[in-house]
Amino acid sequence: MASGGVKVLGSNYSPFVNRVQIALNLKSVEFEFIHENLNPKSELLLKSNPVHKKIPVLIHDDKCICESSVIVQYIDEAWTGNGLSILPSDPYDRAVARFWAAYYDDKLSPMVKELRSVKEEERAALVERIDEGLGLLEEAFVKCSKGKAYFGGDHIGYIDIVIGSSFGWITAMEKMSGKKLIEEAKTPGLFGWVDKFLSNDAVKDVIPTTEMFLQLLAKMQAKPTAS
Amino acid sequence: MATEVKLFRSWSSRYALRIVWALKLKGVEFEAIFEDLSNKSSLLLQYNPVHKKVPVLVHNGKPVCESLVILEYVDETWNGAHPLLPKDPFAKAEARFWAKFSDDKLMPLIRKATLGNGEEKEEARVLTAENLKHVEELLKGKKFFGGEKIGYVDLAFGWMAYLINVLEEVSGATLIKKEEFPLLSKWMENFYEFPEFKESWPDHDRLITKFKNYG
Repeated sequence: MASGGVKVLGSNYSPFVNRVQIALNLKSVEFEFIHENLNPKSELLLKSNPVHKKIPVLIHDDKCICESSVIVQYIDEAWTGNGLSILPSDPYDRAVARFWAAYYDDKLSPMVKELRSVKEEERAALVERIDEGLGLLEEAFVKCSKGKAYFGGDHIGYIDIVIGSSFGWITAMEKMSGKKLIEEAKTPGLFGWVDKFLSNDAVKDVIPTTEMFLQLLAKMQAKPTAS
Repeated sequence: MATEVKLFRSWSSRYALRIVWALKLKGVEFEAIFEDLSNKSSLLLQYNPVHKKVPVLVHNGKPVCESLVILEYVDETWNGAHPLLPKDPFAKAEARFWAKFSDDKLMPLIRKATLGNGEEKEEARVLTAENLKHVEELLKGKKFFGGEKIGYVDLAFGWMAYLINVLEEVSGATLIKKEEFPLLSKWMENFYEFPEFKESWPDHDRLITKFKNYG
């Protein structure tokens, strides 16, 4: 059984950091949140993640674990006794979960991020590619959820955490732009899932609200940009 | 039964090779289906509609895609022989970290450092040398990244054992000098010479032609 100090180094505005917080909450693990400014990067960050110098870092009994998807799986395995499994137990189902998490991180998420800076003339083509991706995700949701609330079924699982963690800023972006990314008519499963995920007990106090994102944006725009 | 396990691959895919090696280490019989990636089969498109890529492992009719995902599936399914990942959660996390590092950081840098252009190429060479130091460090006191035996991280880095020479030859750049990276150089030799992998290496000359055409 895992024991000893648990620290999370990060910023609560980072969806990657949120993944770690959600996973720890699901396992009822108490942890210390160490806020990382990133500008400049702290000694602790440089020491605990010398390869990438990025957040999140999980520090457990002085051991450093980096890369959010690696950390979430570590949490699942280090605290197997606590609560439900984050990944399914069947090897094929685990492969499916890992596949969709990788799909989101490698393919879909970069496209969604591009929406913020895409040139007007390229927007339509980008939106079409994103819609295709969301269609695939909708199919995956239907298959994985089997009629239940989450990709993980009755309870939040790995895919929910990896994808759902982005929906704080995605929701804020939708409100700011007036354009919806997830539409009930096109992807009803995902549409219902987003709200359920964001209001889940392990999630609701982790992911910043739209108001918080808007405040952050206002702060950033007021300051002259550094580096 | 050999046909229970099928692996869709191509003659040169470094990702598919990982699965070939893993299945060999585990003593799993499989049928290799070579794809012409310029003319993909309808079966491949059916089994991997999302990415339309190799490798795809089809086990009892069910497809698994993405090489690192497949490696973990193979390790968990054929869990008797030759474990690929360590049991300890922290050691496992480290292994997963380094596999991601290979694909997300090292491979793109090495590609730019050898096949890239001008300033970008030079910058990438410097960053490659810095990042290779981490890999060298990992091998201290070990024959393989997995320890005495080949493991998940070795399979993840395996592409280096045959591709570095090809990329160096095509680009005229030397990325891994024996004096600078003695452990990594030795590892590349050991991995390349590993008896069970002898027949797996793609044809060197054919690879040279392929990468010369990358322009």
